Amino acid sequence: MNGTHDMGGMHGYGPIAPEADEPVFHETWEARMFGLRRAMTSPPGFSIDRFRYLRETMPPVAYLTWSYYEHWYFATAQSLLEAGMITMEELRTGRAAAGRPKRNDAMRPADVERISKAGGKFARTIDTPPRFSAGQAVTARNLNPTSHTRLPRYARGKRGLVHRWHGAHVFADASARGDGECPQHLYTVMFTARELWGADAAPADKVYLDLWESYLDPA
Amino acid sequence: MEHSLAYDHDDLVGQVPSDPALRIKALESVLVEMGLVDPAAIDAWIETYEKRIGPHNGAKVVARAWADPGYRQRLLGDPSGAIGEMDLLGVQGQHMAVVENTPAVHNLVVCTLCSCYPWPLLGLPPRWYKSAPYRSRAIIDPRGVLKEFGVDIGPGTEVRVWDSTAEVRYLVLPERPAGTEKMSENELAALVTRDAMIGTARIAPPSGSRP
Repeated sequence: MNGTHDMGGMHGYGPIAPEADEPVFHETWEARMFGLRRAMTSPPGFSIDRFRYLRETMPPVAYLTWSYYEHWYFATAQSLLEAGMITMEELRTGRAAAGRPKRNDAMRPADVERISKAGGKFARTIDTPPRFSAGQAVTARNLNPTSHTRLPRYARGKRGLVHRWHGAHVFADASARGDGECPQHLYTVMFTARELWGADAAPADKVYLDLWESYLDPA
Repeated sequence: MEHSLAYDHDDLVGQVPSDPALRIKALESVLVEMGLVDPAAIDAWIETYEKRIGPHNGAKVVARAWADPGYRQRLLGDPSGAIGEMDLLGVQGQHMAVVENTPAVHNLVVCTLCSCYPWPLLGLPPRWYKSAPYRSRAIIDPRGVLKEFGVDIGPGTEVRVWDSTAEVRYLVLPERPAGTEKMSENELAALVTRDAMIGTARIAPPSGSRP
């Protein structure tokens, strides 16, 4: 979706403000939200792509004014609401409605180290051969889906060169919609800064993006 | 369907407590009551990223690449394999890419669409990395952003910006500073900073070494 989250190349957000000796978490509630997201039982079919998509659907004003772990709260609460696993009243009060069954299959502390090391693998084997190879000229399609995509606006319609093929990965756009993994070949594509930003960009500078095959046409 | 989803979302923002501490406490309480989360598992995740996983992990990889040319070659050719050798793959960092800074090329990593970052090697990202100013500007004005971080890039050096748009995570292999030829791997690791592995810093020669 063409949302507030697609920030690459925008102006007006001001200077970057690095913090000296920044703590991992600034507030206790940030740490709780982080740990809660990692440890909780998600709705069936939930994925990291759905999680990102739900953050993108925040009202634009909230997207810009709620902080990072508040985005996590929003996407987590919304995923539970849409799965019927929680109600607005329960979110407001912090108490489960009468008669809610209690489950007994949540992640245990002893599982955490194993999952932190083993989780998050997205490469898949598929039968179709890759359509593109390193060095090939490609054009990023001008796609404007209303749901999740990982093709940023600044690259759409631009011409680049395939830098590297990564094999097939879970296709984020499909996974975010709840359509399953639908793996596709994934490529790193190089664009010159001048192709993306015009003649004022430094002549030798480059931008590299990871793009799925269905985002690309031969140039 | 998208419209009704958007109205629900306005409801969520408007109807839950405005104080994030209260909002998140309520969510945790109700999920614990439903048996959807074990608070001790929450503690374990927090402790993992406060104590075990952080930039010291990435620093070990960089130091080994500096100290061992064979490892450096494996790291650049098969990054996930070489990082796996050190048991440093994990959530948000199973599919790794390593990009090497040289006098001719300076690399900078960003995630313009959210905040993708190599957790197993660098820990959780700092606030500025997740902020709108960095996400919007790094991709269009990397030289200006680097200048803000105190890194001047000359016209003869090419800047490569890596936008983490999929599940591949990027680590910058910084240039090894002069005056470190006799250092051990552990001593080298102590020089490596988080920002140097994102690309927003260079690594200074150790104090006391001659320029």
